[in-house]
Amino acid sequence: MTDRPDMAGAPPVEKPRSPAAEAFEMFRRNHAAVAGLVVLIAVIGIAAFGPLLYPEDPFMMVWTPFSPPGEQGYLFGTDYLGRDIMTLMIHGARVSITVGLAAALVTVTIGITVGALAGFFRGLVEEALMRLTEFFQVLPTLLFSMVIVALFGASLPMITLAIGLVSWPAVARITRAEFLRIRELEYVAAARAGGVRNGRLIFRVILPNAAPPIIVQAALMVGSAILFEAGLSFLGLTDPNVASWGQIIGANRPYILDASYTVTVPGIAIFVTVLAISLVGDGLNDALNPKLRAR
Amino acid sequence: MSLLSVENLRIELALRAGPAPVIDDLSFTLEAGRTLSFVGESGCGKSMTALAIMGLLPDVGRVAAGSITFDGADLTTLPDARLRQIRGNEISMIFQEPMTSLNPVYTVGEQIAEVLRRHRGMTGRDATARAVELLDAVRIPNARSRVTAYPHEMSGGQRQRVMIAMALACAPRLIIADEPTTALDVTVQAQIFELLRDLAHDTGTALILITHDMGAVAEMADDVVVMYAGRAAEAGPVEAILDDPRHPYTRGLIACVPHLTADPEAARGDLTEIPGIVPPLASLGASACLFASRCAHVHDRCHGARPPAFDCPAGQRAACWLEERA
Repeated sequence: MTDRPDMAGAPPVEKPRSPAAEAFEMFRRNHAAVAGLVVLIAVIGIAAFGPLLYPEDPFMMVWTPFSPPGEQGYLFGTDYLGRDIMTLMIHGARVSITVGLAAALVTVTIGITVGALAGFFRGLVEEALMRLTEFFQVLPTLLFSMVIVALFGASLPMITLAIGLVSWPAVARITRAEFLRIRELEYVAAARAGGVRNGRLIFRVILPNAAPPIIVQAALMVGSAILFEAGLSFLGLTDPNVASWGQIIGANRPYILDASYTVTVPGIAIFVTVLAISLVGDGLNDALNPKLRAR
Repeated sequence: MSLLSVENLRIELALRAGPAPVIDDLSFTLEAGRTLSFVGESGCGKSMTALAIMGLLPDVGRVAAGSITFDGADLTTLPDARLRQIRGNEISMIFQEPMTSLNPVYTVGEQIAEVLRRHRGMTGRDATARAVELLDAVRIPNARSRVTAYPHEMSGGQRQRVMIAMALACAPRLIIADEPTTALDVTVQAQIFELLRDLAHDTGTALILITHDMGAVAEMADDVVVMYAGRAAEAGPVEAILDDPRHPYTRGLIACVPHLTADPEAARGDLTEIPGIVPPLASLGASACLFASRCAHVHDRCHGARPPAFDCPAGQRAACWLEERA
């Protein structure tokens, strides 16, 4: 609360700061989150531009199998088929990041739609939608997505959709909870009293105020989607023609004792990326939480 | 024809025990440009009346009987699309809590401009320019720079001014102010009341003022409806009610207000209270005087039948058996 003594004629010089600017300031003060963001940007940069520097087909045999890291200029060595793990990693980053972001997008889209409608309209709509949410929530997630992928084919869009389909209930519940709280607030009543129609109430009045926890959840969702994709690829449920981090681990699994670096490198990549996303999500949570902002 | 006329309005809340009439047989009229004040304790149905006029009753409430006629149309039967055109445009409302009745994620200028865009079809720049004029009209200093301020950067009084600016944006014919100053400092309260009175006077807007501040009623109102437990206890011109209150509840409300006097030696009337509490929702609708349990003049008849509104000599009507004249 900025209570400035407004003397007659004395112009307030302080520029008003938007809530977004304030949140950014809070985020900037959280060093772990900033570090996470730097790592994340680096990973995204590699995913975006790396394949331009390593344009070779990652599945091509380049050297003798199980060549240890560093030998013959192959930084991470070669795998059991003599493929360059560096190239595999870089091409895999693109897949892992893309699937993570796309799955989070699917999750958030379904989750917000269901949660917003349930929280806003209450009554029968809420009953129906929340029972549906609970139905999806009690499904064993890995098993369900395996069934989807097994039935409809292991293409990347299908994997993305499968991850989205099993993850949206969490977002729906958060969105609904926020809508239930916010719809009773006075500025919503004031907006109604101003003649605002329902669609606008949902998307322009309530949703922006419900956004902070949803944004945090969405950020964390990217991390869990990457893990999920890695899990599915590890089990072989992936497009065999596309490299991804999980797939590298899965393919080299039998040789874990003889050539541990073949699974260590992609494992560390997944770990670091997901950790970075978690740190960013945590930083967002602190920055967007009004209770922590008051100092 | 009156601007607003409410006839035999009955609003029921669906409770677990059955419907409870939170507004029971309420009638009043309001002429253009006049100020009508609703007074009474919390839970007497003042706000419910306001919400019914706006068509914004809570999910559990419904208009069970009666009509609310605004400008010749019965608001209780209008389709929702038409009601939305009226809300914020022809009837606007000012809420109790300026701290929470502005949306925290938009600047005050955006929120005022939004009303203008919706109801007046104004475009971005025009709407913003008009928002500055409106902020100026509600006496916010440096309106031009404050238009980009967020609600949290303003004090309670300033936010309530913004709410008034939003309410005025489309030059409505009726403004409903639901306890507009309860959450504000005393000094600011007077300013807000003065502002409301001046603006309503200048624009010829009718005003419904919901309050429990008898001082504000004396300052602002032309007519008064004293509400008790969802019924009109006493209604009439403000002078009649303040000078010669007939209903024991009205007298009690007036006696609750301390009178300041500069002379410490002067005889001062005791500050009184009304004993007891407002009856529970479940007992509403009983065929009896609902004030009987708290009334000093209670007699057998009060418990047996609901008193109708009797005409009083000073010009008001009071729902009390003591006013019955042969």
